[in-house]
This record gives sequence, C-alpha cells and structure tokens, in this order.
Amino acid sequence: MAEPHIPHPDLPPPVSSVGPIGWLRRNLLSSPLNIVLTLLALYLLTIAIPPLLSWAVLNATWSGDSRDACQASHGACWVFIRVHFDQFMYGFYPEGQRWRVDLSALLLIFSAAPLFIRAVPSLVKLRLSLSILVLYPLIAFLLLSGGRFGLSVVETSRWGGLLLTLVIAGVGMTAALPLGILLALGRRSQLPAIQTLCVTFIEFWRGVPLITVLFMSSVMLPLFLPTGMNFDKLLRALIGVSLFQAAYMAEVVRGGLQAIPKGQFEAAAALGLGFWKMMGLIVLPQALKLVIPGIVNTFIALFKDTSLVLIIGLFDLLNTVHNATTNPAWLGFSTEGYVFAAAVYWLFCFGMSRYSQSLEKRLHTGHKR
Amino acid sequence: MNRAKTLTLTAAMVLLTAAGSAYAGKTLDAIKERGFIKCGVSDGLPGFSYADEKGNYNGIDVDVCRAVAAAVFGDATKVKFTPLTAKERLTALQSGEIDVLSRNTTWTSSRDSAQGLNFTGITYYDGQGFLVNKKLGVKSAKQLDGATVCVQAGTTTELNLSDYFRTNKMKLTPISYDKSDESAKSLEAGRCDVLTSDQSQLYAQRIKLAKPDDYVVLPEVISKEPLGPVVRHGDDEWFDIVKWALFVMVNAEEMGITSKNVEEMKKSANPDIRRLLGVEGDKGKDFGLNNDWMAVVIKQVGNYGEVFDRNVGKGSPLKIERGLNALWTQGGLQYAPPVR
Repeated sequence: MAEPHIPHPDLPPPVSSVGPIGWLRRNLLSSPLNIVLTLLALYLLTIAIPPLLSWAVLNATWSGDSRDACQASHGACWVFIRVHFDQFMYGFYPEGQRWRVDLSALLLIFSAAPLFIRAVPSLVKLRLSLSILVLYPLIAFLLLSGGRFGLSVVETSRWGGLLLTLVIAGVGMTAALPLGILLALGRRSQLPAIQTLCVTFIEFWRGVPLITVLFMSSVMLPLFLPTGMNFDKLLRALIGVSLFQAAYMAEVVRGGLQAIPKGQFEAAAALGLGFWKMMGLIVLPQALKLVIPGIVNTFIALFKDTSLVLIIGLFDLLNTVHNATTNPAWLGFSTEGYVFAAAVYWLFCFGMSRYSQSLEKRLHTGHKR
Repeated sequence: MNRAKTLTLTAAMVLLTAAGSAYAGKTLDAIKERGFIKCGVSDGLPGFSYADEKGNYNGIDVDVCRAVAAAVFGDATKVKFTPLTAKERLTALQSGEIDVLSRNTTWTSSRDSAQGLNFTGITYYDGQGFLVNKKLGVKSAKQLDGATVCVQAGTTTELNLSDYFRTNKMKLTPISYDKSDESAKSLEAGRCDVLTSDQSQLYAQRIKLAKPDDYVVLPEVISKEPLGPVVRHGDDEWFDIVKWALFVMVNAEEMGITSKNVEEMKKSANPDIRRLLGVEGDKGKDFGLNNDWMAVVIKQVGNYGEVFDRNVGKGSPLKIERGLNALWTQGGLQYAPPVR
C-alpha cells in the first residue's frame, strides 16, 4: 500500500511580490522611467503639501468674528467663510424665512429617497419619479416664493447662494432631458417639417455661447418689451439655460439612438408597436443606458455653467462669494472665498459622477464586451 | 429679405419702446402707487454699494437711493435694490426696470445725451490714480518712467494710462487683469511696480494687501471720473427730486445740520436753515412732496459729510480723504444751489 500522495501545500508568494511592498514595486518602481517619475512626483508633493497644509490648516484662523481676528496669522481666514456661511447658502433670502428653503430641500430628499433603494419595485419608482417631476417644482416654487397659504412673498431677486445655483441647475436638468429626448427623436424623424424645426433649434442654440444667451435675455429683451413690463430676471435665465442645455442633450441622446441596431426598430415594428411604444419600450431604454456618461457629462457642465449667471447680476454661489469679498469690513479674503466655492462645486460634481458610475454598473445588462 | 424683415422689426420695436418711455412720464406717480423705489446699484464695489453679511445694502450709492426714498415716502427703507453689472446698468434704466441708477457711473457727454439719460448730480468726484510700494521712493506719477503697471482690462483705465504716459513722454509696460483681486495680488508679488485704478478703489485695493502701510496712493489724478445718480429722459419732476435729494444733503453739511441735531436746528433763527427744514415757507411742496421732506432726508440718511464718512471716509475701513469731495467752503468741489 503506497502512501497516498499528499501534495505539498503551495508556498506563499515571495514577500517582495505581495502586500504593500509588492504593490510599490509593481506600480511605482517597475522600470527606470517609472522610478524617475515616482521620485519626481514625491518631490512635487513635498514642495506643494507643507505650504498648503500650513496655509489651510496649521496657520489658519478658525475663531473670531471680525477681520481683526485674522490679522495676526499668515494662514487662511476661515472666519470669513463662517461669518458669511448662511449668505453663501441662502443668498439674501430673509433670515426668518430660511426654514422654507430647508423644508423644500428636505422634502426633495425624502420624497426622492425611495428611488435610490433597490428593493422598491420599478413600477412604484416610475410613478413616484413622475409625480415628483410634476408636483415637486410646483410645491417648491410655492414654498420658496410664497404669496399663498399665509407665506410672505420672497422675490426671486432675494434668492441667492447655493440655493440659486441648485434652482438653476435643477430646473435646467429636469427641463433639458425630456426636451432633449424629444428633439433627438425629432431630428431623426421622417417628417420634413419636424426634422427641419428640430435641426434648426439644435443648431441655433449650439451655435451661440451661453453667455450670449444670458446677456441677450437680460440686456436686449427688456428693450423690446413695452416699458413697465418686465418679467422675472431669474425666469429669463432659467428659460435660456434650459433651451441651451436641451440642444446639447439632444445630440447626446441622438448619439445613443444611432447606436441601436436597425433590427431593434424592425423587430419592434414587427411586433405591431406604434412609434411611441417602440421608442418608449424598446429603443430609448437601450439608447439612454448607453449614453449615461454623456448625459452626466452634460449635467456636470450645466451645473458649473450656472455660475455664468453672475454676468447678469444674479447672485448664485460664486457671485455671492464675490459680493462678500467687496464688503469693506472683509476685504482681502477672496482666496478663502473662492477655495470654498470650488470645494462646494467639486462636491456636487463628484457626487453626480459617482452616482452615474453606480447607475452604469447596475444597468450594465447587455453589451458586455 | 429675411434679414431686412428682421431689421425692420427690430427697428420698429426699438422705436416703439423709445416712444413708450418718452410718454411714460409721471415716474413719481407710478412710484407712489407702487410704494417703493426701484434703485439700481452695483454688484459689489467696496464703499459704494455692497451687501453685508446680513444681506443689507450699504455704501454711498445706496444712501443716495435711501435719501430719495426718504424724500418721496418719508421712509428711507422703501427702496428695492437691484444689483446690476456694468454692462446691463444703462439698459435697465432705459427699459424702466429701475427708477434711478446709482451705481458709480461716470458722467460723460454721450451718456447724458445720445443714451437718453440725465445725470442728476455728482455724489463722488473720482479720478484715476496710482498705488505704489513705498520702497520705490516715488513721490509723484511723473517719476514712473519705465514702470510696469497693473491695469484692469476692458475699462477706460487702460486708455487713460497710455495717454498719460505718452503725453509725459514716459515708457510704460502695462499688465492687464480681469479682476481687481488679481491685480492686488500681482502688486504684492512684485509682478508690477504700480497699480492703477480709480482712486476710490485704490484704497480698497490697499486694504487687501498683507501690509497696507507699505503702499501709498500718489497725489496725481490722471482722469476725471465724476460719479452720480442717473435717471431717464422724459420726466423732469422725477429728475428734480433725485437731483435735490443730493443737494439737500450737501446743503445740510454746509449749514452744520446733521441727522443728530436736525430737530434742534428747526428752532434755529437762520432763515436758510428754516427754509431747508420746512419750518418756514413751502419750498418742499414745490416738488410735489411733503413740505418737510428735506428734514426727513437729513434725519434718516444724514448730511453728505456723514454719508461720506460712514461709507468711505474716516468712519469706514477705507479711510479715504475728502479731497475733491470736501465742501466748496473747505477747498473741495461739493457745492449745492440754495433752497430759496
């Protein structure tokens, strides 16, 4: 009886190829060029990080409530941000009424929360998202501008800060996507009238810079309206931004539509589906899934483009920060202000980008290559 | 064809609006009915108009509007401020979006004529000046030959600068900046020797520097920038009110009437003071306002000196000297016609 052969258990891989050391060797020191680049990066980090850290954290002033508190140190004056924080968030929204802004934000968060929970059935999600799309803007508008149910009127000229940025971005996004889809379908339509209309619209709005659109809406439009008739500056900007972004969105969506093989259209037609059912059930779900990166890209660009409204004197986050730097009591802290604004913009854009990535992963059903 | 059509349409629309504003008249009636004044201010200029951390507007330009509100309603708070960028300010006024523009706007011939506007007076005599590091040892702008100068791009500042250097046969290297923050930082970093801008703004720029005391504003002023409130053509009554709201404040300073002592001054025997405060005669009524509106303006907003000190002068962080803006009796240019 021969002893059964028991293979010797595998030896662990050499220390130099696993763990942190292995990672270092593989990623940072794999070739002479890599070594040089690693050293260069290390050098750059050592000269960049200490001054940044000492400005932003070590020498920074955190407490106090006037610029005198910051005079002594050479670091950042975060007191400037703290004192103006509410203004950066709400703009000139009356202090006693700011709960309305908070309430409308909470309302959106809680009503939209089920959409992000996977266990909720998709039909419920669809109905919920449609009702949010229709009802929420109305409720939010009533809450924010008031004038009914005993709420005092807050004119849009008092809206500002992050609130205004989110209002413009939110309205722009919710208007641009459906409008963009319709325009994309229209551009591929067989009907010459619809096609010409859509092509003209898209090419016109893509051909002019957003800054021109905003400028026309705020400087030229009032001249053409009869004296005394002014419609809201914010509304003008919202319409401009929405139409502008819809044109871009249309081209993104059209890219997705082009990618769907002809067979899908023919198969849908063979099943006896009409145009809207074919698009809604077969083509668009596939096309939109393909262009998620493009859509999110447009959304992120839109979010940052909202800062352009500062040239028409609307006080979005960036312009509110700029205004605060012109207060004689706080002159000279523009760096802190702009760093703060950059951080807020980054936070939102990064959030959108992460969400789109998780969405892509979840919807990645076919087309695996 | 299409182009011609569009052009005609546009022209027709412009004509229509022009006609509309010419016959609108009676701005005052519209304002009284509305209950507040719509005032255009800047989107942030230290000392002139800016919103503080509570969102309240402050500044010389803002106080001018408050004075007009005090004149019309007897209540300086009845103003709605509309922050405007430099490019939209004139259109906003022309289109009737605002009643009065008080936004550090320079009084020039073209604005006063072709653009259909009227300047009502001068709230601040400004002019372009230079800010230099004391280290350079420069005492006068004439010594700036060969200097590197930081300028704000896109304003008349650049033009004035090159004109000045050319007339004085000096060499110049200008560096343009878009934002005032950048130019202040460049001066500090030594990228330029001199910073040029309107003098009123140089004081604000100086505060932004790490060591403000190392820098000095040179005495030379190389351009005339009289800043004042603006109204539309076509309503003379309204024009008079805005004009006199400022004159009242200047007169009050000259007569020594302040927001604190205005009640005591009503007992004064001086007929000029008695007329101004509405104790004697009915000069106030001539404007279609309450007889004592001038007293109300002084009480609620203050005289010109108080407004100046509070916003840009000794009582503010800017600490600008009165200079040209002193009363004519003290060597300045501020002079107002008498109330008679």
